Amino acid sequence: MYTQAMDTMGKDEAPKVLRSAEEVQLQERFDARIDAGDFIEAKDWMPEHYRKTLVRQISQHAHSEIVGMLPEGNWISRAPTLKRKAILLAKVQDEGGHGLYLYAAAETLGTSRDQMFDALHAGRAKYSSIFNYPTLSWADMGTIGWLVDGAAIMNQVPICRCSYAPYARAMIRICREESFHQRQGFEALLTMMTHGTEAQKAMVQDAVNRWWWPSIMMFGPPDDESPNSAQSMRWGIKRVSNDELRQRFIDATVDQAKLLGVTLPDPDLKWNEARQSHDFGAIDWSEFKRVIAGDGPCNRERLAARVKAWDDGAWVREAATAHANKQALKEAA
Amino acid sequence: MSTSPVQNEWPLWEVFVRSKAGLDHKHCGSLHAADAKMAIQMGRDVYTRRQEGVSVWVVRSDQIVASDPGDKAMYFDPAEDKVYRHPTFYELPKSLDHM
Repeated sequence: MYTQAMDTMGKDEAPKVLRSAEEVQLQERFDARIDAGDFIEAKDWMPEHYRKTLVRQISQHAHSEIVGMLPEGNWISRAPTLKRKAILLAKVQDEGGHGLYLYAAAETLGTSRDQMFDALHAGRAKYSSIFNYPTLSWADMGTIGWLVDGAAIMNQVPICRCSYAPYARAMIRICREESFHQRQGFEALLTMMTHGTEAQKAMVQDAVNRWWWPSIMMFGPPDDESPNSAQSMRWGIKRVSNDELRQRFIDATVDQAKLLGVTLPDPDLKWNEARQSHDFGAIDWSEFKRVIAGDGPCNRERLAARVKAWDDGAWVREAATAHANKQALKEAA
Repeated sequence: MSTSPVQNEWPLWEVFVRSKAGLDHKHCGSLHAADAKMAIQMGRDVYTRRQEGVSVWVVRSDQIVASDPGDKAMYFDPAEDKVYRHPTFYELPKSLDHM
């Protein structure tokens, strides 16, 4: 489903001072390749800081996909029709797949899957703040597709041109698969707004009211408070700034909301002729920081669900390994 | 990131998918699986959810032998100045353009 402007979630130590002449030369060659728009592959030399930044961003992105299955999983057994249930299942399965593509991309940088899981389960790793909000009604499923996946796609499309090729390749696959996520969400909401009862229409508006602000927070803190952005831009890991992406998303969403017949819960939202963009109200960044730091409405529940799934699955992983070892021994004999 | 040891992770496999009959298998990603049979099944689930394939190959990642990226120039540049290996190098009369 998504990524956040994840680069802002960790404080990086300053890159270490280069030591040998050889290392200086490698660094220069690396910088020249980045400047030329070349892609970096897993076995190529890269600065330690570049590697660390990518491991953090890609693993957080992967965690977001996996944790992102939980809020929607809540509604699979409650979907109103078989068609909607099949769609939701396909979407959640995609998210599992997207998590796997991303974990695999991160592993090419020399971190193991177990290390990443361990960091998530121990609460050391972050994932997108958006998944720490509850899914209270069926309209939340449509709204997540429309707004949350919409914001995610806006964030992810530029990463298809990331300088680290395994990440870029994973993103291309993800973006291709994900456009249906946003469309199915909008269509589900449109169905309710067109054919629904007054109560169902009110349910859609309520869901939009709850998800709007968390959705635009998904782009991360404002550019002037985004400490690692400049370096990530320099390295071609990040291509478009948080504020620029947020503005693009808001501008695109306003017309969609009109078409749907819902209002966006921001009294300051209005067209600015001079900027040829929409002005919008102040974002409550204290809420964002609170949720990222672990104190959102569902942080504990989400993490507990992940840890339980992992622990409950341990015997399956062990049994499969034991079976594979036994078969290998038999074949060798 | 964590410094905890790898806890008996399933081995890594590379997945290759033939998108339709007549085309070659193409690398599309990797996954963890306990054995070959599981790797094939998971390869199908992870990489062909939208009819992207008609055949899947898997191979243990540690079994792949690759050229060294450091040798890229030494290895591949010698072909750079051999333009005469391409048909467009040869100028023929217009009437023979289809040759």
